[in-house]
Amino acid sequence: MSDVKLNSNVPEGKLQEKWDNHKFKSKLINPANKRKFNVIIVGTGLAGASAAATLAELGYNVDSFCIQDSPRRAHSIAAQGGVNAAKNYPNDGDSVWRLFYDTVKGGDYRSREANVYRLAQVANSIIDQCAAQGVPFAREYGGTLSNRSFGGAQVSRTFYARGQTGQQLLLGAYSAMMKEVHKGKVKVHTRQEMVDMVMVDGRARGIITRNIVTGEFEKHSADAVLLCTGGYGNVYFLSTNAMTSNGSAAWKAYKKGACFANPCFTQIHPTCIPVHGDNQSKLTLMSESLRNDGRVWVPKKEGDKRKPSEIPDEERDYYLERKYPSFGNLVPRDVASRNAKEAVDDGRGVGATGVAVYLDFRDAIKRDGEQAIRDRYDNLFQMYERITDEDPYQVPMRIYPAVHYTMGGLWVDYNLMTTTKGCFALGEANFSDHGANRLGASALMQGLADGYFVIPYTLGNYFSNEGLMTDKVGTDHPEFEKALSSSKERFNKLLNINGSKSVDSFHRELGNIMWEHVGMSRNESGLNQAIDKIKALRSEFWKDVKVTGTEDGINVELEKANRVADFLELGELMARDALKRKESCGGHFREESQTDENEAKRNDQDFCHVAAWEFTDVSSEPVRHVEELNYENVELTQRSYK
Amino acid sequence: MSNEKLLSLNLKIWRQKGNKEKGEMVDYRLEGVSTDSSFLEMLDLLNEQLVEKGDDPVAFDHDCREGICGMCSLMINGQAHGPEKETTTCQLHMRKFEDGDTIVIEPWRAKAFPVLKDLMVDRGALDDIMAAGGYVNVNTGNAPDANEILIGKESADLAMDAAACIGCAACVASCKNASAMLFTSAKISQLALLPQGQVEREQRVINMVEKMDELGFGNCTNEAECEASCPKGIDISNIARMNREYIKAITKTRS
Repeated sequence: MSDVKLNSNVPEGKLQEKWDNHKFKSKLINPANKRKFNVIIVGTGLAGASAAATLAELGYNVDSFCIQDSPRRAHSIAAQGGVNAAKNYPNDGDSVWRLFYDTVKGGDYRSREANVYRLAQVANSIIDQCAAQGVPFAREYGGTLSNRSFGGAQVSRTFYARGQTGQQLLLGAYSAMMKEVHKGKVKVHTRQEMVDMVMVDGRARGIITRNIVTGEFEKHSADAVLLCTGGYGNVYFLSTNAMTSNGSAAWKAYKKGACFANPCFTQIHPTCIPVHGDNQSKLTLMSESLRNDGRVWVPKKEGDKRKPSEIPDEERDYYLERKYPSFGNLVPRDVASRNAKEAVDDGRGVGATGVAVYLDFRDAIKRDGEQAIRDRYDNLFQMYERITDEDPYQVPMRIYPAVHYTMGGLWVDYNLMTTTKGCFALGEANFSDHGANRLGASALMQGLADGYFVIPYTLGNYFSNEGLMTDKVGTDHPEFEKALSSSKERFNKLLNINGSKSVDSFHRELGNIMWEHVGMSRNESGLNQAIDKIKALRSEFWKDVKVTGTEDGINVELEKANRVADFLELGELMARDALKRKESCGGHFREESQTDENEAKRNDQDFCHVAAWEFTDVSSEPVRHVEELNYENVELTQRSYK
Repeated sequence: MSNEKLLSLNLKIWRQKGNKEKGEMVDYRLEGVSTDSSFLEMLDLLNEQLVEKGDDPVAFDHDCREGICGMCSLMINGQAHGPEKETTTCQLHMRKFEDGDTIVIEPWRAKAFPVLKDLMVDRGALDDIMAAGGYVNVNTGNAPDANEILIGKESADLAMDAAACIGCAACVASCKNASAMLFTSAKISQLALLPQGQVEREQRVINMVEKMDELGFGNCTNEAECEASCPKGIDISNIARMNREYIKAITKTRS
């Protein structure tokens, strides 16, 4: 393989001036020439839809691909709580600098300063853009925008649209994209799954897709490929991701030379509805915004089986308020999750399974009245009741952490380009802005920042520098045929194994291994076991998986088999990355590295870096490259929320 | 949750290999369904058993399973999204059914939604309606400061009520005319209620209504089945608003 160099391409100059300087120095493409460039965008979530809309507005020709029946259904739609920006409308001391600082600190000092600063800079424009599109943000009586607070911050900087902020922002981006569909600048390909990336002369020049309805494989060429395909949380089988959310597009890019960064950085969200049984297909998140009013507690006594209403206040342990008096219930997600696990491990968990903690609204209802709580969270309370058959206005919610978001992803430079030329990654699919832990309401911010405000500048510079105006490649290039036939071969192979175990049974087993050994708490021996177990499971999969149906037409089992085959490789890489990172930081907790108070203990001496893995071969070990993180503006401290 | 029971069910499911093939109802017996399962997890269980036997699993649309993406569908005993009010199929739980129940499961049926396989249909026509005008023409970078557009809380709340539509098309499926007026009017209302939508207000309603008619959706005859089946409680008064908007726009532009 090639000699990978991780050049972050962060511009020179003061932090506050880097992005402006970079924009000024970037080469432009004149309006008449933009129409000579084609861009493939895979995925139509916040990052993909906003990029498609904006690039089309500029004049590029965009081909947009999504796995669902409509671009409006991408999983960004499920984000509930809000989107951050440092508007400082509440006059409570917010600034771009503070948003930047909180995000770097929240990420436990494992993100790139310059990227995070840019994110904080453009965040205000996101709110302006979305408001102009008609996104119905919550308003005050005087007509101005409302804010609320979220974990990891002491200011109110989160904008929201009831408990459906992701939906409203996505519909805004989707409608912006549909206006370009109307103008003929964006062509949407629905129910298409990217199954390979095509490289020509060292550059990404297209993709192979499988049409989910007909089963046919298609070739698509372009001047650049943008992967906006989200995270890989579904490697755990049970997660808050949608059923079709998968890591395959990123994985194909990885196999074509794009390095995969910090794969072990997984966010386990503290407030999810607990697992109820073996037939469960997914987990449901309860927005972090609930922690503004809900108080987290468990009984002080081990094995206390009394009803919550029968446990008096003095016998309750409001452990977050006790241990972290300044942030209380609004500590960052990783801290809240680990503390919930600790309570359960101590035998103080609640509910029938004992694997849950309470999130109690009793005091908030007493203080503000039931109507006020209803106004803030009713849709969430209803959802909780439908799933659990319990009324959270009457009894406390039971919650437990669940896999939610992956901070790791394809390594990208300041321009959002991967180590593979011409292949860019946006939104959750890249690794860049959240370090080892993402703060609430920052995913929406990042997806839209990348799509609306970053890629429109950096893509033109790439086209211009690479001389792609005249250097064109069509689908008649032999590399396309090669990639297409190897994809076909892979799908045929899956169909012909004809084994005895269903795809889901493999996926569930992989999920169990991952949750046990690569979950909220990790150690060397567990990670080594995970690697061996995943390897064994993978080889069993390729011998004994049973995929029914044929290659033609709709075949859901075949689609799943293809994704699970990739998860069986990705899971191993996550375990490897976790094994090599012998420190605790953010969502990555190594039992060997903790403080006396059982908090995560970083090792800045040896691990203040990004680990980016280069693919070699499925059967041999990948190469671990390192990008050192240089903090010039923020002092590294032990994160404290006490 | 602790009151979990196991159900035995008789399922009658629409099976259709593809768009060109003829479909039929097929009977299945399913045992051991937990009352804590969702309706789709019940179908997962059936499919796992069908795969085990080497049979073709039942194809159905679903994705987020949190009631927000709008991908899941299904006519359950003749009701779009089943018996529970304001609940998508993925959020419907089996505790709403009794042991021994017979459950009839069919796809959305509408001229504009061809069946792709079994319970999956093509709802692309809704995207076509959106492309005809369901947006504000504001390019990235053109926006003024968000607080320069003041919006009263009441209008913002009403707009949000309409914007809550998830585009699942239960309204179309439950309407005897297969009308898409609740869907279309929700978007038209959202933008008509907000200052951002005023500039294109008239052209928007004309374009979207005409596209809706062109795609083969029916008209409204005030049965209100759409509102009754809507998992997000979109109010039928949005259709009245759309009709008013349309008449105003037509009169103005053609006079």
